Amino acid sequence: MYRYDSYDQAIVDARVEEFRDQTQRRLTGALTEDQFKPLRLMNGLYLQLHAYMLRVAIPYGTLSGKQMRKLGEIAGKYDKGYGHFTTRQNLQYNWIKLADAPDILAELATVEMHAIQTSGNCIRNISSDQYAGVSADEVADPRPWAELLRQWSSFHPEFTYLPRKFKIAVIASDDDRAAMRLHDIGLKLVERDGVVGAEVYAGGGMGRTPMVAPLIRDFIAEDEIISYLEACLRVYNRYGRRDNKYKARIKILVHEIGVEEYKRQVEEEFAHMRELGLNPPVEELARIRAFFAAPAYESGLSDDIDRSNPAFALWVDRQVAAHKAPGYAIVNISLKPIDGIPGDASAEQIGLVADLAEAYSFDELRVTHAQNLVLPHVKKADLYAVWQKLVAAGLAEANLDLITDIIACPGLDYCALANARSIPLAQKIAARFAAAERQAEIGELKLKISGCINACGHHHAGHIGILGVDRRGVENFQLLLGGSGAEDASLGQITGPGFSEDGVVDAIEKVTDIYLAERESGERFLDTYRRIGMKPFKEAIYG
Amino acid sequence: MVEFLSFRDGESTQEPAVTVESFTGQSNATAVRIEPGEDARELLPHLDRISLIEVNFPGFGDGRGYSAARIVREAGYTGELRAVGDVLVDQIVAMRRCGFDSFHPAKALDDAAVERALNRYDDVYQKAIDGRSPIWAKRHPETQNG
Repeated sequence: MYRYDSYDQAIVDARVEEFRDQTQRRLTGALTEDQFKPLRLMNGLYLQLHAYMLRVAIPYGTLSGKQMRKLGEIAGKYDKGYGHFTTRQNLQYNWIKLADAPDILAELATVEMHAIQTSGNCIRNISSDQYAGVSADEVADPRPWAELLRQWSSFHPEFTYLPRKFKIAVIASDDDRAAMRLHDIGLKLVERDGVVGAEVYAGGGMGRTPMVAPLIRDFIAEDEIISYLEACLRVYNRYGRRDNKYKARIKILVHEIGVEEYKRQVEEEFAHMRELGLNPPVEELARIRAFFAAPAYESGLSDDIDRSNPAFALWVDRQVAAHKAPGYAIVNISLKPIDGIPGDASAEQIGLVADLAEAYSFDELRVTHAQNLVLPHVKKADLYAVWQKLVAAGLAEANLDLITDIIACPGLDYCALANARSIPLAQKIAARFAAAERQAEIGELKLKISGCINACGHHHAGHIGILGVDRRGVENFQLLLGGSGAEDASLGQITGPGFSEDGVVDAIEKVTDIYLAERESGERFLDTYRRIGMKPFKEAIYG
Repeated sequence: MVEFLSFRDGESTQEPAVTVESFTGQSNATAVRIEPGEDARELLPHLDRISLIEVNFPGFGDGRGYSAARIVREAGYTGELRAVGDVLVDQIVAMRRCGFDSFHPAKALDDAAVERALNRYDDVYQKAIDGRSPIWAKRHPETQNG
């Protein structure tokens, strides 16, 4: 894992003091709320329906046991005893007092964490693959690139007042676990003639106008990635729309001028910028890469797992993924218990996962964009012990990528922008499909709920997506089918008129019934939908 | 409170700035103002006769002026580069990094707050146009880019 040096630490410490000064000026009334707002937003502090919400950055979703433990302590000390893991691999506290925010940032700084650029019209936290460094199929670990970009984007002098927020993802596998092409810029590491570089995709995103990002460059080498991204951002900063915040993301620019014209402008700018010495030397990426060296795996370990306990065997089959090192496994920890809130974890649960990371996973864990956690390096021989501890903490749900592994935004229970409540709906759907046999029968089905058109719950990318809208003062839910945020990225299509909360649960059941009746051998829900199309589903729902 | 801030040696240019359109259409003006949405590159053929470029920020959230500033500096402009309009104390450092060397904010700034902001961060992560050595260069003093 990356560790701060004195430069990184000094910047984060200075930020804490800057924010303490700004907060003090707000509390004494020297700053009005209007003047304070852009300052607090640059530090991830939002004023929500009931309280302040603080969003903490978890760069590329990787953290240590010590960092995780600190997140749990803060949840207990300053929040109502829990935290919420987000689709951007970050953590949000929903019940923060303004006067406490500087102290929370100071506590985070003691474990090399911050809330810098977790909101605002700037380059946000860089996201990545939760299996980075441990999956066998990656070209290289994407996290050193992500850390290089974290540093480059922090307090960028030119790109801090962009037309709109800007999200970058870096992956390195053919399997896309980070919804890379639904980012403003997505990088996929590839190898060419023995050299690692990146394919660059630009102009993806969700929100009101979802777009899958097109490829704009098939290779950029590591020693030119910064100047190339500066060119991409400069074209966007200069020509992205600023007249309408809903048309201000880069996807609209790329769409309106066309991908070829955007590429042409970027290449023209790049031809100029590559001469300016903006790129760190390759030694810097090498320095960062050394922090991500594989841990000291033991050799000669057995790959056998004692499956005599059926509940354990079920959990292993669902939650455990293949690790590149013999004798090791990747453990997915579900934050989607049937009656819970998707992505929420209590202070105690966060503390327990920190303990598990230290005891069983080389002091490392990950947050996924699907709002779950990962212990990336667990010995197969330790799986049973880990499972027992997860069971005791209520963290052993076996539903990874099943219909109850729901992504949901905070919705109208917390969010000032929402039109509808996402959480109670997620709980109703989970309750309807709670039976393990039924979930297993349906198989992989990614269900995603957003409580408004801004799409924080990724509904466009759900195999089944749900969008909450306000229809003359009543919550109404639209149903979408056929989206995907993975390597086969696609956008879901709306089935037709919306439903009440109970009505949409019934409609989902009809959809899954059609799938079960129509599927051919080996087909996931998404495959069947793509083969037979919307019509049979529509007839079942509205017929 | 400070109404005008300059980091240049000597006097600031007093000549009123004209629009980009009238500047490129006439030859005698030496001060020009770039509005958001105007292309700073239109000025590049004329840089040697310009003594002042003003970049207007009608609202602090419109960041186009940061790119405009860098573009003229990257092209070798050495005259005065002034940020005017909704320029807030929290933006001075980033503007300095993009090449601005004078400031005429619509609302006067608090001297002490400006001083604090300018001295808050010892180091920077990026190479920009202000000549500051980025952290990566300090980490690798032996390399060419450092």
